[in-house]
Amino acid sequence: MTRVLEVDNLRVSFPGANHSRFNPVDGVSFSLQRGETLALVGESGCGKSLTSLALLQLIPAPGRIDRGSVIRLGDTDVLSLRGEALRRIRGRRIGMIFQDPMTSLNPVFTVEAQITEGILAHFRISKAEARDRALRLLQEVGIPDPAERLKAYPHQLSGGMRQRVMIAIALSAEPEILVADEPTTALDVTVQAQILEVLDDLRSRRGMAVLLITHDLGIVAGRADRVAVMYAGQIVEEAPTSRLFSHPSHPYTQGLFASIPRIRGPLQRLNPIRGSVPAPAAWPTGCRFRPRCPKAFDRSETEPPLIPIGPDHRMRCWLAETPQPDSPR
Amino acid sequence: MTTQSVDPLVRVRDLVKHYTAGGLFGRAAPVVRAVDGVSFDVARGETLALVGESGCGKSSVGRTILRLQEPTRGQAFYEGVDIFSLDRNALRQLRRRMQIIFQDPYSSLNPRMSVGAAIAEGLEIHRLSTRAQIPGRVAALLEEVGLDPTYARRYPHEFSGGQRQRIGIARALAVQPSFIVCDEPVSALDVSVQAQVLNLLTDLQRQRGLSYLFIAHDLAVVRQIAHRIAVMYLGHIVEEGPTDQLLSDPRHPYTVALLSAVPEPDPTARRNRIVLSGDLPSPSNPPPGCPFHTRCFHPLKSTRCRTEVPVLRPVSGTLAACHYAESTPRVAEVSVA
Repeated sequence: MTRVLEVDNLRVSFPGANHSRFNPVDGVSFSLQRGETLALVGESGCGKSLTSLALLQLIPAPGRIDRGSVIRLGDTDVLSLRGEALRRIRGRRIGMIFQDPMTSLNPVFTVEAQITEGILAHFRISKAEARDRALRLLQEVGIPDPAERLKAYPHQLSGGMRQRVMIAIALSAEPEILVADEPTTALDVTVQAQILEVLDDLRSRRGMAVLLITHDLGIVAGRADRVAVMYAGQIVEEAPTSRLFSHPSHPYTQGLFASIPRIRGPLQRLNPIRGSVPAPAAWPTGCRFRPRCPKAFDRSETEPPLIPIGPDHRMRCWLAETPQPDSPR
Repeated sequence: MTTQSVDPLVRVRDLVKHYTAGGLFGRAAPVVRAVDGVSFDVARGETLALVGESGCGKSSVGRTILRLQEPTRGQAFYEGVDIFSLDRNALRQLRRRMQIIFQDPYSSLNPRMSVGAAIAEGLEIHRLSTRAQIPGRVAALLEEVGLDPTYARRYPHEFSGGQRQRIGIARALAVQPSFIVCDEPVSALDVSVQAQVLNLLTDLQRQRGLSYLFIAHDLAVVRQIAHRIAVMYLGHIVEEGPTDQLLSDPRHPYTVALLSAVPEPDPTARRNRIVLSGDLPSPSNPPPGCPFHTRCFHPLKSTRCRTEVPVLRPVSGTLAACHYAESTPRVAEVSVA
């Protein structure tokens, strides 16, 4: 397998009270192989979106990426890039799609203008060739009547169609990695299914790696090869998808599963995690999940590292060092 | 319709809500047929879920029966009282009995009003407590929804989404309603907080004997709280039935598709996802005949579907508006393209 992306000890900081800084992303490490989908899963405020923005140095001021963080794209040290060199990476090697296609598309330009803009920026080809490519891209993402749609403005398209256009734009420069940040959260469930099919299809056909950022474990189940669960700025559990779903081990991951309403199986009262996610500036010392954890014990007062607990399976919890029966969920 | 020995708490008949949009620059204004003839009952202590995708008209139903907007046609009754014929005074009296909670409680809370004042507002308008009793009532309501009574002095911006939704619920409960329209109350919440609020709504229903019209798009959420489900598509109820029955043996093709699209947190689940072709037609230009025929995958689909509007009729356990509901394939039987 070819490793296309490596993130090591990524820390993003923002200014807090009294000239201090706090870290909404605090020591995140993961890698991405060619043709693989890795899902970053977590609730709002866990740092998953900031992690994805950091990949292209898109952290909004006054936030910044702290010294010591490493983002390696193939042989390229992304965090050392500035200006033109950085622009050549954005879109060209890492493409991005976001939750709300309406706010990412420019309302006063046609679909054609917005897709060809990226193509012309990255490739030395004529306008006519760029238009042909745009047409093929719209076909590829499943837009019916693509020649007509090229002339359309964003407001003339449905939410699902707009998201397809966004995907086409992200694909236009043929990136090695596609970062999809909650790509279907704003869409209806039947349209969501369509968009996820498109993404899956493109990944297998183009051999792209996909970083899927989502809060929805249901989306992850059928799509991702591996899952990293984030809580309070850190990855707290990471495993191959089937392993994570059959043996969720971190108390936070277990709490998430117990909170999800199910469409099948016995109907039970939900068993939610108590409390709510603390604000980044107020994360507790020791294990960050400790105040909400039903299994917290004396060692939780010390911050745990990610500890291996099985094949490609790690969790940030001292229980990993306490012998436990390996019982499936 | 079924004959019931006990009158339902809320009864809605042939409700129609059309919006006249724009008319900008002298163009003929198209009529948006948001709700196009909807009937249902909600019994005491019961939750009826109104489910559908954006633009299906589910929120318009909720708002119209509370007269937050005026109906185009049709009837709605609360304990037999005709809601649409009430004058302002009578309507205000009725609003004590019928309340609403919204998806985003932040936009429905006044940012400059303390939480205590927001909850007390209904008590004052309806003169339900003396001035001296109010702080105690507010504290009791905050406790009932799982919040610290001292929060009464704080302001909405100080709270998380889940806490704000609890405040919204406390505010609705203050006037002691028996019927609450819950308009996507957990859609904006993280999954752990969503579960907390669903449990709270379930507990409150049991303790206070409340009836809910629960408007939502997520069938898994709805299964957790609803006794019956009505599925809406383009302003029509296309299927209605007891939760278990409707989810285990859906008879309308749209219900089958909606159910198959629910993302299940289980990688071993057999996935036979029906990917509907095309987009939802515009409610200002709905197709003739069955509203779903443009996207329907039913093997018996015929010219009849394009010309004749199917009525909601009993089919093995649910009511379904499909000419061929008896032979609607189950999810597992649909071949996936």
